[in-house]
Amino acid sequence: MNGLTGAYVPGDSPLHRMPVGAKLAGLAACCVVLFLLPDMWAMAGAAVVVVLLYGVTRVGVAAAWAQVRPVRWFAAGLFVIQFVLAGPVPAVMVSSRIVLAVALAGLVTLTTRTSDMMAVLERALRPAGRVGLDPFRLSLLLSLTIRSIPIIAGIATRVREAQRARGVEWSVRAFAVPLVVGALRHADALGEALSARGLDD
Amino acid sequence: MIELEDVRVRFGEREVLRGVSATLAERRIGVVGANGSGKSTLARLFNGLALPTSGSVTVLGHDTRRQAAKIRQRVGFLFTDPDAQIVMPTVAEDVAFSLRRQKLPAEKVKARVADVLERHGLAGHADHPAHQLSGGQKQLLALCSVLVLEPEILIMDEPTTLLDLRHSRLVAEHLRTLPQQLVVVTHDLPLLADFDRVLVLDEGRVVADAPPDEAIAHYRGLMT
Repeated sequence: MNGLTGAYVPGDSPLHRMPVGAKLAGLAACCVVLFLLPDMWAMAGAAVVVVLLYGVTRVGVAAAWAQVRPVRWFAAGLFVIQFVLAGPVPAVMVSSRIVLAVALAGLVTLTTRTSDMMAVLERALRPAGRVGLDPFRLSLLLSLTIRSIPIIAGIATRVREAQRARGVEWSVRAFAVPLVVGALRHADALGEALSARGLDD
Repeated sequence: MIELEDVRVRFGEREVLRGVSATLAERRIGVVGANGSGKSTLARLFNGLALPTSGSVTVLGHDTRRQAAKIRQRVGFLFTDPDAQIVMPTVAEDVAFSLRRQKLPAEKVKARVADVLERHGLAGHADHPAHQLSGGQKQLLALCSVLVLEPEILIMDEPTTLLDLRHSRLVAEHLRTLPQQLVVVTHDLPLLADFDRVLVLDEGRVVADAPPDEAIAHYRGLMT
């Protein structure tokens, strides 16, 4: 679940110690390189590099798998479409690019505290202050989004259980309505909690 | 010190509080009442999360209508559901987040966070994902995130309602060690046994205001 929850895995690897700005710049550069790779051999080399990076950070196989797990069906679908339309080599290239880019982004998430990420974002967003946007609020938005994922996932699980208990597993409405109501209630409570912590002024 | 003077709160057609007056100066005060009796609304009045429709609420000398921001710096609030108040993904980050507006040096923030986590038994969980804590630990984390601001008054809205017996005892033990003035809204009557004063609310009115034994006996009478 780490990939979905944005959970930082404590460690002392070079990637953990690297400044957040450098990690984000490195991620952007790596993604560009991934999209410029010319053939399958180069892509295989990139995959080896990504695996080695995960090895260096020692975040564990489960955490690594959790990063790419959410895109597995998307990548598989993309592979099939590309296979039919363009052939096996483009199919491998396109789907590998997606999986490796997500894995690299996950690596940044796993080795970076959200508060450090927020601090960098706040610095980067300072110019937005000139047009009336509060960089703190914008970075808070990022943090709340990450924090809300396990909460909404929990609500979805409870709603699915309730659906099963009532024998309406296939009803979209029976899933969507309580999920939206639960999410809105959570948002309401979160807003109140932020006010109580003095973060509304 | 919290002072309420003829406080009425109306939500649409429904009057939730009907002329509540009280001066709360004791160190540990409990509030009990049936669901819908106005307890949570009363608690929310104490740090300006809810405002009176008429009457006035004064907390530490500040009127909640005009000086809610000042009051929130000195009055902490703990909600029933800790998931709703934990903002950051990890334990230490969430506690540190409370100190954001104080713009303290990083080392000082780190020391205060470590201190409050140590005092409440969460030091070993500093880097753990908050959503992986048990219910009781989450509530303790929410408490730490409030206490790191060193509030003078702590308001709690049913802090043990979602917890099992073991975890509610754990939270209750921690509450006993706090030096702040506490106002605790709860259905957990044993929690109030050694409190100084208990208010009983019924249909928006204070119907008993007495030491715990007497107030709880009155409340039990209402429920039968």
